Amino acid sequence: MSSAHESVQTFTPREFHRQAHDALGNPQIRANFRRAMDGLMAKRRDVFSDWDLETLRELGANIRLRALAKLPDLLERLEANCQANGIQVHWAENGDEACRIIRGICERHEAKAVIKGKSMVSEEMHLNAHLEEAGIEALESDLGEYLVQLNEQTPSHIIMPAIHLNTDEISKILHDRTGTERTRDVDIMTAAARAQLRERFMAADVGISGVNFAVAETGTLCLVENEGNGRMTTAVPPVHIAVTGIEKVVEQLRDVPPLYALLTRSATGQHVTTYFNMISSPRKSGEHDGPQEVHLVLVDSGRSNIYQDDELLDTLRCIRCGACMNHCPVYTRVGGHTYGTTYPGPIGSILMPHMMGLEETKDLPTASSLCGACGEVCPVKIPIPDLLVRLRRESVGEGRGNVPGAGVKRTKTEVAAWKGFQWLATHPAAWRSGMALAGKLQALMPSRLGPWTEYRTAPKPAKVSLHALVKRHQANKADENEETR
Amino acid sequence: MTARDNILKRLRERTDGPLAAPESDFAVVTGRDWSQEERLARFERLITSVHGEVIHTSHDGWTKALAEVLEAKGIRRLALGREHPVAAEARAALAEGDVSLIDADRDVESWRHEQFHDTDAGLTSTRGAIAETGSLWLWPTPDEPRLLSLVPPIHVAVLDADTIEDTFFDVIEAHGWAGGMPTNALLISGPSKTADIEQTLAYGVHGPRELVVLLRHAEERP
Amino acid sequence: MTSVKLYPPKPEKVYLFGTCLIDLFYPQAGLDAIRLLEREGIEVLYPQDQTCCGQPAYTSGYHDEARAVAAAQLDLFSEPWPIVVPSGSCGGMMRIHYPQLFAGTDRETLAGEVAGRIYELTEFLVHVCHLRLEDQGPSERVAMHTSCSARREMGLAETGPALLARMGQVELAEQARAAECCGFGGTFAVRHPEVSAAMVEDKTQAIAATGATRFVTSDCGCLMNIAGRFEQQDKAIKGEHIASYLWRRTS
Repeated sequence: MSSAHESVQTFTPREFHRQAHDALGNPQIRANFRRAMDGLMAKRRDVFSDWDLETLRELGANIRLRALAKLPDLLERLEANCQANGIQVHWAENGDEACRIIRGICERHEAKAVIKGKSMVSEEMHLNAHLEEAGIEALESDLGEYLVQLNEQTPSHIIMPAIHLNTDEISKILHDRTGTERTRDVDIMTAAARAQLRERFMAADVGISGVNFAVAETGTLCLVENEGNGRMTTAVPPVHIAVTGIEKVVEQLRDVPPLYALLTRSATGQHVTTYFNMISSPRKSGEHDGPQEVHLVLVDSGRSNIYQDDELLDTLRCIRCGACMNHCPVYTRVGGHTYGTTYPGPIGSILMPHMMGLEETKDLPTASSLCGACGEVCPVKIPIPDLLVRLRRESVGEGRGNVPGAGVKRTKTEVAAWKGFQWLATHPAAWRSGMALAGKLQALMPSRLGPWTEYRTAPKPAKVSLHALVKRHQANKADENEETR
Repeated sequence: MTARDNILKRLRERTDGPLAAPESDFAVVTGRDWSQEERLARFERLITSVHGEVIHTSHDGWTKALAEVLEAKGIRRLALGREHPVAAEARAALAEGDVSLIDADRDVESWRHEQFHDTDAGLTSTRGAIAETGSLWLWPTPDEPRLLSLVPPIHVAVLDADTIEDTFFDVIEAHGWAGGMPTNALLISGPSKTADIEQTLAYGVHGPRELVVLLRHAEERP
Repeated sequence: MTSVKLYPPKPEKVYLFGTCLIDLFYPQAGLDAIRLLEREGIEVLYPQDQTCCGQPAYTSGYHDEARAVAAAQLDLFSEPWPIVVPSGSCGGMMRIHYPQLFAGTDRETLAGEVAGRIYELTEFLVHVCHLRLEDQGPSERVAMHTSCSARREMGLAETGPALLARMGQVELAEQARAAECCGFGGTFAVRHPEVSAAMVEDKTQAIAATGATRFVTSDCGCLMNIAGRFEQQDKAIKGEHIASYLWRRTS
């Protein structure tokens, strides 16, 4: 996918291996991600240097945990306060239902053109395609999303959707799709996109956005952004629809500053974003701008199932900063599209199995060396490696069986192999004989061991195991002691 | 059963039982105890680091500074409110000049095209600022609606030095935001920007390309 | 990140848990660890019934099997001596994951007690033995790869380099992205061989770029991975377990 011109490529988590193979063999993809991730990691490190990061992360985790502990009450409170402010609240069990609700609102307003601010939840439910089927055009306005949409792709990163494309590729996309002059000047390209999108903001019948934090206490929707397209989307069209997962609620307004501080610093290494947009009502009587109607669509899509389990619950603390992917050595190598899911990288690998089932996503929980970099940087301290291991357990049918598709990877061969390992490792005499035998048979060891030896030499069993070496060493020492006595 | 009922029921009847809600200690986001000088310096350092422009002026002479900014930036058409003292004083000071003053206190539907295409700058007051992050905070009003700080290519914001506080948390607490939120509350930290093209920063992608802060000091600075 | 650990005074005896990779592939590293400890006047107990910590099964999701294997190890350390593990990965398994694995079982208390006595070798040498080293080797630049488990799970990014810093003739070579995973990850290298290969390729390049002719590590998984990659390319850069490196140059 190096060229903007190639036919549209679709990605699926089922094809993780093939997609990883393709990405690894694509120098452009490799270079784009490596450069971007190195930059993002360095910026995050710098911006947290003057903070008591651990205390702040502790507070962030604590706020999210408190919100989850009170989740049903907070959702009701959010709903009541939003309604009191004039915001209409809708609930959807899944993405399809949410799409139908949004389409219904659009149709009631005879909307033909929808402008969108960045919303990963809307990506999750494939809202654009759904609206297009109903004859409603949905145009992305975040610059990265706009570029990705022009190129008929999906985002490859949750914060920086077009991070897989370089300047030249983007120039080509803008030229081919919008007639923008061919240039390497980012200012010219940005100005062109600004001009194109401004007309669309003015013409849009409905604006659709996501939500970063929904404050139960005040019925306030908070949106974090740098570009201003979020403000445009939520203030220019006559109708604003905000769509979000049920876990995005926080209890009180004072919970927002720490989470916002963690989000911007973790995501892009910024002290603060250009805009923090807090919406608490539609246009009031006497006010001169802003939408006449504001809707909030709360989407479940498997979240309430995750909520049932004390360990899995931590998944829902996520504030969608993307730091886990920025620091993931696997994501950095294969890029976002390889995962074939709305949320790529470590957070995607612990979230998507709940949304798509383990059958579809069975290669994702194993697509990690468990290096721990994701958990180390997570601003709300989600133990991502532990959750990856938990989903591996579920995959092989040794978990609680409460994740869709549990047990899908359990095969007789693999079970037999691990049972064999268990037997050997719980029979010390057999183990010692095995080690001794391996040493004796050293010469017979195959020099090729499947995938391992494609890239490395095979390790050779030592002639004498540590068990035997220690015995010998202890005997020698006893002799020495005997002699020196 | 509606979706709402189903979702809430599942959440309430949680398999692993009710969860304990921890208390939160907010000390890390407050208690900076910066002096007014530190606040000012930090605010200016941070907002200029993201391309915001800060112009110091006295409280009485600020409209002169405004006129200079308009002149320097070639602003011919300025949108502004009417009732807020900032707007009123600006109107008075600019009445005789050749800058066209555009009324922002009217329904946007009646002047959308003008706002998007024929307005060089928007002038707003601010309620205060945050030193820690270099942010202005605004609660748009019928007099100074929310698009005034977004749609025109240049945003000129008037800030009083003594309204800069330490942290966002401090502002929310000190001003009792939770007691009554406006339709729209905003933090603005610099002009609109993007890094979506290969991490190269570009300004003015959707909102203003420039943010000019007229920072008013109660007394003449030496 | 683990919380701050209070270190005991130097004990009379310790247990050594040798790990299966050392047992099978790098026994010399285990023996050198024992000699380093013995030189400090510590008697090293090596339970002959030890096998594997169970981590391969654990990270593969086979927790019943991992628990059975781990249970067999729990019984081997009946006296209250510290348990030294020459691997951050196996050490992390025993210190962090044993309590999780046995939570709610009748061996929960034992698992917690054993976990509390687990020390990674370099951690033990630095913080408990306050090891002094008299380097007798030739002057040399060496790169250090600290395993992800040692670095992040056990919070021991500094102990390996701290030991090398005590070696008079050894200069520690700074490498790019030193904290990045080498791509081993146990069964990860087998399940996702191409991704793993890309990672180890970058790691070997970073080490080679330092100009060092040798790298040391405190984890045999990483050693097998990185050294295996160098060897396959016929590169002259050799890898060694830090225990062997320290013993070889100071004995």
